[in-house]
Amino acid sequence: MSTRLAKGGRLIDRATTHRFTFNGRQMQGYAGDTLASALLAGDQMLVGRSFKYHRPRGIVASGAEEPNALVGLGSGNTFEPNQRVTVTELFDGLEAQSQNHWPSLEFDVGAINAKLSRFLPAGFYYKTFIHPRPFWKHVYEPFIRKSAGLGKAPDKEARDPDTYEHFYAHVDVLVIGGGVAGLQAAKVAAQSGGKVLLIEQNAHWGGRAPVDGGTVDGAEADAWVSATLEELEGMANVTLRARTMGAGLYDHGYATAYERVSDHAPGSDAPRHRLWRIRAGQIVTATGAIERPLSFAGNDIPGVMLASAARDFAVNYAVSPGDRTVVVTNNDDAYRTALALKSLGLSVPAVIDARANGGGALMAEAEAQGIRVLKGKGIAKVQGGARVTGVEICAQAGEGATQETIACDAVAMSGGWSPVVHLWSHIGGKLTWDETENFFRPDPERAPITHDGSAIVTAVGAANGHLGLSEIVSDATSGTTSALKRIGLSVDAAAPEASPRDEAPMEPVWLMPQGAKRALRAKAWLDFQNDVKVTDVQLAAQEGYVSVEHTKRYTTLGMATDQGKLSNINGLAILSQALGEGIPQVGTTTFRPPYTPISLASIAGEAKGELFQPIRRTALHSWHEENGAEWEPVGHWRRPFAYRKPGESTHDAVTRECVATRESLGLLDASTLGKILVKGPDAGRFMDMLYTNMMSSLKPGFCRYGLMCSENGFLMDDGVVARIDEDTFLCHTTTGGAERIHAHMEEWLQTEWWDWKVWVLNVTEQYTQIGVVGPKSRAVLEKLGTEGIGKDDLPFMRWIDGNVGGIPARIFRISFSGELSFEIAVAANRGRELWGKLIEAGQEFNVTPYGTEAMHVLRAEKGFIMIGEETDGTIIPQDLGLHWAISKKKEDYIGKRAQERSFMDNPERWQLVGLETTDGSKLPDGAYAVAPGNNANGQVNTQGRVTSSYHSAALGRPIAMGLVHNGPDRMGEVIEFAMTDGSRVPAKITGTIFFDPEGEKQNV
Amino acid sequence: MSDIARDGARAAGSVTVDSLGPQGMISVRAKMDDPALASALTELGGLSVPGPLSMSRSGEMAVLWMGPDEVMVLCAYNAAQLLSEKLSASLSGAHALAANVSDARAMFRLTGPENEVREALAKLTPADCAPDALPEGRVRRTRLAQVAGAIWIEEGAANVIAFRSGADYVFGLLKTAAADSARVGYF
Repeated sequence: MSTRLAKGGRLIDRATTHRFTFNGRQMQGYAGDTLASALLAGDQMLVGRSFKYHRPRGIVASGAEEPNALVGLGSGNTFEPNQRVTVTELFDGLEAQSQNHWPSLEFDVGAINAKLSRFLPAGFYYKTFIHPRPFWKHVYEPFIRKSAGLGKAPDKEARDPDTYEHFYAHVDVLVIGGGVAGLQAAKVAAQSGGKVLLIEQNAHWGGRAPVDGGTVDGAEADAWVSATLEELEGMANVTLRARTMGAGLYDHGYATAYERVSDHAPGSDAPRHRLWRIRAGQIVTATGAIERPLSFAGNDIPGVMLASAARDFAVNYAVSPGDRTVVVTNNDDAYRTALALKSLGLSVPAVIDARANGGGALMAEAEAQGIRVLKGKGIAKVQGGARVTGVEICAQAGEGATQETIACDAVAMSGGWSPVVHLWSHIGGKLTWDETENFFRPDPERAPITHDGSAIVTAVGAANGHLGLSEIVSDATSGTTSALKRIGLSVDAAAPEASPRDEAPMEPVWLMPQGAKRALRAKAWLDFQNDVKVTDVQLAAQEGYVSVEHTKRYTTLGMATDQGKLSNINGLAILSQALGEGIPQVGTTTFRPPYTPISLASIAGEAKGELFQPIRRTALHSWHEENGAEWEPVGHWRRPFAYRKPGESTHDAVTRECVATRESLGLLDASTLGKILVKGPDAGRFMDMLYTNMMSSLKPGFCRYGLMCSENGFLMDDGVVARIDEDTFLCHTTTGGAERIHAHMEEWLQTEWWDWKVWVLNVTEQYTQIGVVGPKSRAVLEKLGTEGIGKDDLPFMRWIDGNVGGIPARIFRISFSGELSFEIAVAANRGRELWGKLIEAGQEFNVTPYGTEAMHVLRAEKGFIMIGEETDGTIIPQDLGLHWAISKKKEDYIGKRAQERSFMDNPERWQLVGLETTDGSKLPDGAYAVAPGNNANGQVNTQGRVTSSYHSAALGRPIAMGLVHNGPDRMGEVIEFAMTDGSRVPAKITGTIFFDPEGEKQNV
Repeated sequence: MSDIARDGARAAGSVTVDSLGPQGMISVRAKMDDPALASALTELGGLSVPGPLSMSRSGEMAVLWMGPDEVMVLCAYNAAQLLSEKLSASLSGAHALAANVSDARAMFRLTGPENEVREALAKLTPADCAPDALPEGRVRRTRLAQVAGAIWIEEGAANVIAFRSGADYVFGLLKTAAADSARVGYF
């Protein structure tokens, strides 16, 4: 059984006990424990069930690479699935649940899948469940979803109470990884005087060295780490950050880092995670290496773990994986585990070394300690079910005949090491296969490059393929020095003396034993998380999958949350053998960010709740809010759709607002309409190019409605232009169009007409603009002391500067409703004051604020088009009968050439008409008019569609506008519109002006 | 809800965030090397044309560089309309555009320990907020989370300008970023 040793544990504080639960079981650990070490200390070796076969699984690794031990943490609002116990710091009150088991972890029904494993081979999803088709959706998929999978999604009603944030940092050198290599790199970089940021994913520094031993600069690794940390902490140009993982590298020195600020201290007010968004001149990856498992039968049984993990748990946390641990290896490093366990008084019955001649100095030391070493041997199979009970020994060169059985509680395996090249690969750094160490290492000749073609990432230390302390510090020193030189910083740094690597060469062992029979291969796991075995990859190769990328997807090797950190190399080695090709020829899959999963909330940062999205508010927003506004989002603005009185329906409110406006006085908050100043000697010329109609002829004091097209000829915006003076125009745009049209103007001025003397300025938000609309609009303004707005003083489509209620205002006599109407623009800070005065003075006229829906009804009654309703990006002004607003005199305007193309200047295009249903019903917006016959796809032919449809309060019946084939020539004709229920509604084609066709109401 | 841009607001803490209420602002578009601009600014209040990414100040008034052909004059709110007209008049012979935009924007100030003030900004803007990259008087037009903004540091306090319609959002952002519980300890 796994247990806590009586003494030792360099990272734990035995004085502080933390209580926690695992599947409801009360357990305890110490401060400094990870959840993994605390579980093992409590003999909880079984921590989960596998993805496909529901096999019992235990903790394999001691760090970020852990594939098996994923748990659900917390509950309710703070529940989070798929958390790796090896990187979860223990805290008091932690709650963890194992995943992928039913009904319980110990007794799992799904384990029957394991018995059926012959029928669930690689690609079984594709093979088994394709036919009959409907079964996939209704039978197979629900079954597979229940049976296979990792953690559960949090409850849909759960709301994360924690906060998250981003932080932007700009540094000269970013060093990722706080082991010996990273510390040395940071030390060298710091000497240059440049800004250095050193990040480490774990809570503690030093990486493997304090456990593995050795000396640097005459001191034990542990002491050197502490001294170096202290030195760096004292430097003003260096920032150190633990619990911060390098998550992703991107172009131009952009990197993301994931800081787990308070995961270990829940309940604090601090943000839970912080996503660092870093701009670095140079990036040094000192991300270390990950040990590889060996592929032998039963290598997934709880109690089998990586040799490095076994000694990490023993040395760092004083946790023994078992009283008797067998070590199995193809390299010298694993002897360190045997020696470490032995020194703690634990039994190591044997080291099984697959190499015929065994290892070097470390083996000699183990033998001197009395540890039995079996050379040229392998594990035929591991005995045990829910935990290891023994191993059967065979000749590595053979087929797996058992020569001896050794009873044990744990197996520490080592198949060699793989540099962590993920970050290097994120931005295109290439790898090279190292024939001696049998791993992929970064190829410095093909490093990730930046804008000028120079390298921007430097891998150092174990991440660069150096496994001895001396080689590591020397590589970190030279690598960082070169990196600094690329950004113009120079240092004269010498690598400290350190222990050289004294190890016999490793030998690649991709399968144990080499000639393992099928029965053994079918129990030899490559990918623990996705339940991919040696036989699965071999089957994929047999079935013709030659690309590693395809094999990955077919077998699921290297997928899911661990992204193949342990399985990748072993899997592709098996594939390359099956294909009879070399490993470098087969190549690897591509690593992509993030290095390990990061929380979605950290990506969202502060953007949640009130800050989820900026909502644009006018200066009158609070009045609307206090007066029953039902909101409509228009761009990022919120505009009142209608103001409902208590007990009133929205429809009734809209009708009331329409009637009051037509009969007496309505008020509209039109502040959101864009207002752009265009000024300069060439402004008139520029305006003539922007708009389809002639604007240069407009006189100061006058207004003109204008249309703006894209260069493809399509109508993109409309609005009223006011000429302020000889040099200046004020362009009104649609609500959603202000920024877009401003950018459109700037683009043309900056790229095409850069020599024209024109300035533009977006002054949209400077003004509160209020539509004062209806027969009593002049009366209310006059009551507020406004002068010069009589019928003849200020005719339709004129503007003046004046004041309303003592507030300086620009008064436009324009109308989007067909009523006598004024738009009053005042400084936004006085908008609320003006609105209040209008409401007060308007009481005697039944003043009625109206929303966007009433505005739509009023404009539709008059046949005024609306951008986004009558237009959809494919409509030209000619389609809408707006020929009158297209100048024939102008030589050019943006869109003119496009509108002359054959399919634009074409009578076959659908054109705008009014529509009146014969049964008095309201046509659905977007409904299509049917035409005889079917098209080539067997669909009913169409001849038009509805673009606007409202209930007209003024007419007491529905009205609609739509685009109809040859519409204007077919007045009075009845066509049919298709309803979604299959029925047809007949409608008569009419003119587009439904109300006051002579325009008498606005001309008073 | 009150109108933060007009009425101001405060969130107190180690770093205090103030929405300052109305602030006079005049946008000027002109060629920066147009002598008419230089003389108009001098005439307006002894102001000079700022170099790229910088500002010039004269008493209560200041000029912020907003781009290669745009500056913004800061002045007393009540004087803005008059000053804007005065500026337009002195620029009348030149190709220039001056407009009072005081009401179009909201202005905020972050006061407190300068390193914490810079950190609050650095949570929201991709611009480098380190003292050497954003020294006193350096003006950056940038992004604050999801909206446009301009920032500069003067006398250790951070000034932020954003559009009026997003005043609530920006105040919320700054308040959250400056929360005492969210210290980074970077600067």
